[in-house]
Amino acid sequence: MPFCFYICKIIINMMKKTILAVVSLLMIGACSSDDSSDTDAIQNDDFDRSAMLVNWADNIIIPAYEDLTAKLETLVAQKEVFIAEPNAANLESLRTAWKEAYKVWQHVEMFNVGMAENTNYIFQMNVYPTNIQDIQNNIQSQDYDLSSVNNNDAVGFPALDYMLYGMAESDAEIIEVYTSAADSGKRKTYLSDLTDQMNTLTLAILEDWKNGYRDTFIANTDNTATGSINLVVNDFIYYYEKGFRANKFGIPAGVFSPNPLPDRVEAYYSSGFSKVLALEAIDAIQNFFNGRAYTSGNNGKSLDDYLNSIKESEELSSMINSQYDAARSKISTLKDCFAEQVETNNVTMTETYDIIQLAVVLLKVDMLQALDISVDFVDADGD
Amino acid sequence: MLKHLKSYCNQQVSAAPLAVFRIGFGLMMLISIIRFWSYGWIEKLYLDPKFHFSYFGFEWVKPIGDWTYLVFIICGLSALFVALGLKYRLAIILFFLSFTYIELMDKTTYLNHYYFISLVSFLMIVLPANAYYSIDNLINKKQYLNIPKWTVDSIKLLLGLVYFYAGLAKLNSDWLFKAMPLKIWLPSKYDLPFIGENLMQQEWFHFAMSWSGMLYDLFIPFLLLYKRTRTYAFVLVVFFHVFTRVLFPIGMFPYIMIIGSLVFFDPKVHHKIIRSIQKFLKLFSISPKPVATATFNYANQKLIVSGLVVFFVIQLLMPFRYVLYPSELFWREEGYRFSWRVMLMEKRGYANFKVVNPDKNTYFYVDNTDFLSSFQEKQMSTQPDFILEYAHFLGEQFKAQGHEPIEIYVESYVALNGRRSQPYIDPDVDLLKQYESFQPKSWILPFKDEIKGL
Repeated sequence: MPFCFYICKIIINMMKKTILAVVSLLMIGACSSDDSSDTDAIQNDDFDRSAMLVNWADNIIIPAYEDLTAKLETLVAQKEVFIAEPNAANLESLRTAWKEAYKVWQHVEMFNVGMAENTNYIFQMNVYPTNIQDIQNNIQSQDYDLSSVNNNDAVGFPALDYMLYGMAESDAEIIEVYTSAADSGKRKTYLSDLTDQMNTLTLAILEDWKNGYRDTFIANTDNTATGSINLVVNDFIYYYEKGFRANKFGIPAGVFSPNPLPDRVEAYYSSGFSKVLALEAIDAIQNFFNGRAYTSGNNGKSLDDYLNSIKESEELSSMINSQYDAARSKISTLKDCFAEQVETNNVTMTETYDIIQLAVVLLKVDMLQALDISVDFVDADGD
Repeated sequence: MLKHLKSYCNQQVSAAPLAVFRIGFGLMMLISIIRFWSYGWIEKLYLDPKFHFSYFGFEWVKPIGDWTYLVFIICGLSALFVALGLKYRLAIILFFLSFTYIELMDKTTYLNHYYFISLVSFLMIVLPANAYYSIDNLINKKQYLNIPKWTVDSIKLLLGLVYFYAGLAKLNSDWLFKAMPLKIWLPSKYDLPFIGENLMQQEWFHFAMSWSGMLYDLFIPFLLLYKRTRTYAFVLVVFFHVFTRVLFPIGMFPYIMIIGSLVFFDPKVHHKIIRSIQKFLKLFSISPKPVATATFNYANQKLIVSGLVVFFVIQLLMPFRYVLYPSELFWREEGYRFSWRVMLMEKRGYANFKVVNPDKNTYFYVDNTDFLSSFQEKQMSTQPDFILEYAHFLGEQFKAQGHEPIEIYVESYVALNGRRSQPYIDPDVDLLKQYESFQPKSWILPFKDEIKGL
């Protein structure tokens, strides 16, 4: 140890000298650059990262959660009405409420930060294909923990999709399983619990954002693995690759398997709704990228501005935007029901996947390099 | 000439510098191993991944389940024994073997400074680093005040070589005239106190850092060699390494280099260091009796010296092997490793593997996260030899699942030093028909730019 002390002493002594030398050098540097400041503007770090985080939190994330909470409350209310009186009209209202909430969900799924991450929220809301067997078992046993990992594929929007559209062949029969059929009471309970659970979870996260997390979030501008920008950007890219590209298009189109899997589409049972959701999702993605406010639609600071603030990366943001536009127009050509699209003309589906894929490279390679954001938690040494 | 060499080989110097180097090296290695273990990196890097990337010819070196811990225990203990100078020869051989084994297990974790440590420990096997101030002295009741000068010089040569070659590698147009990759890395340190939001953002500062880094690497060995500049040079060493440690996640390397550079100092300094260790040990009433001194003699000096000449000639040539391959070295990375090319590139990639059944004309893509850790995927996507090895692994994997006949293609893009991403590997080449070798890889697509320089 005295060996270490000795070294420390040398180092400290030398550090003193060095710091002095460096400080004086820096002074010279700073002065000389001051002189030239009128000709060649000093590139101070003029991109305001906390303004970007504030825009994300206040104008995008929190408003989206507020809207989702509102839509889920409507869903809960419609559910109560339906359970009290299961008839065609009430089923229709309940379905509409589900659709409205599911659309808003597309604006929330990419933000897997804070409490959402800690409580595994995303996985309790939209894991599909939903597992009919698990749902039936839960209904029968009446003994379930909806937040358990084992039930991730038996809860959330996809479970409701099945409960509201897939329980039986026709609407009349669906109403029957909630009225006259055996176990209708148990089904009503499960339907009710599912919906309440979604509402409770979402409300808790909104509350967390409003009571404290928002401030933590905007304060953490560090460029570290736990910095807010890194977390959100990594989530955003992960969502684009997995939640959007793979789940909505790639997996059903059979891009990752030897054969197409049409029953893996989002909102499978309500057939005809997957395209609406996908279009909503690409809007959400592009809005976030450009910092477009959820409610007002005003443009605020986001990744596009961040890229534009970096020399030689200006054209990258427009390249990414045109890729999003291309993806949107290709998605518009698809059939309303993605399962039907895969079964009848899967080539268009894989073409859509390929177009979406092109932006992955721009986001993951070019954008991450320009912003020097490290990929999720690679914390080994470098040299 | 031969006469000079002979008289040089017979020159003697104090054994203290090498003894201090041994103690410092051993302790730093022990700390490194403890640090590595405590961060959970053994599990994360060696036990959790399903697949490991091997060096060509060393495919047999793999993590060995829970026994991997034993390799680390051996490595840490032998480092401690080296520091103590206890059973030194055996300890340093075990250290060299265990450390190198660890590094060979997965090339994902390749770092120049790990390679440096392997080389130093290999060199130390033939050096009498336990000649002075070691426990071996007490056991043998013999110590040597002087040892051949070339033994200490060989350490200096290796250290100097690392710096100098790292400097040579910086003599390229990206580094010097585009300030790349520092222009990407430094502004992203905006969260550093005091200098993050101003200095780190200045273009002149990126250039100043690039140029001074290059000059530092090229000249520091010489500044350390000459007595007049030595103290100043050491100040620079400390400043440079502490500064880079603040900026970049480079672990223990800066401290190892700082401690290592002490070897350039006069024996007087080393005697001082040893005296302070003695004083400290006295606090615990450890004051070993002085032992008899003897004259150190190599039994097979000729053999060892000629061996070291070969060793250093290889070291001098290795970094230049890239000239045997088509350019661009940074793009193709053939001959990039083991050449002291440190922090030269900001390279990111994306590799999407396609598994094709040529008979049925069907295909599907691979989700890399099914097989690789995020660290492995990151390294794989920018290095052709990784891509090839992974493709073969995927081939085996899917064949075992009954996918046959099978072909594997990759759609990949790489961005280098701030350039837009470009297609990297020929997407029409079935990688299962390509094999790793020292031949140039014909299936790497050309780099659509030029980087001039060494």
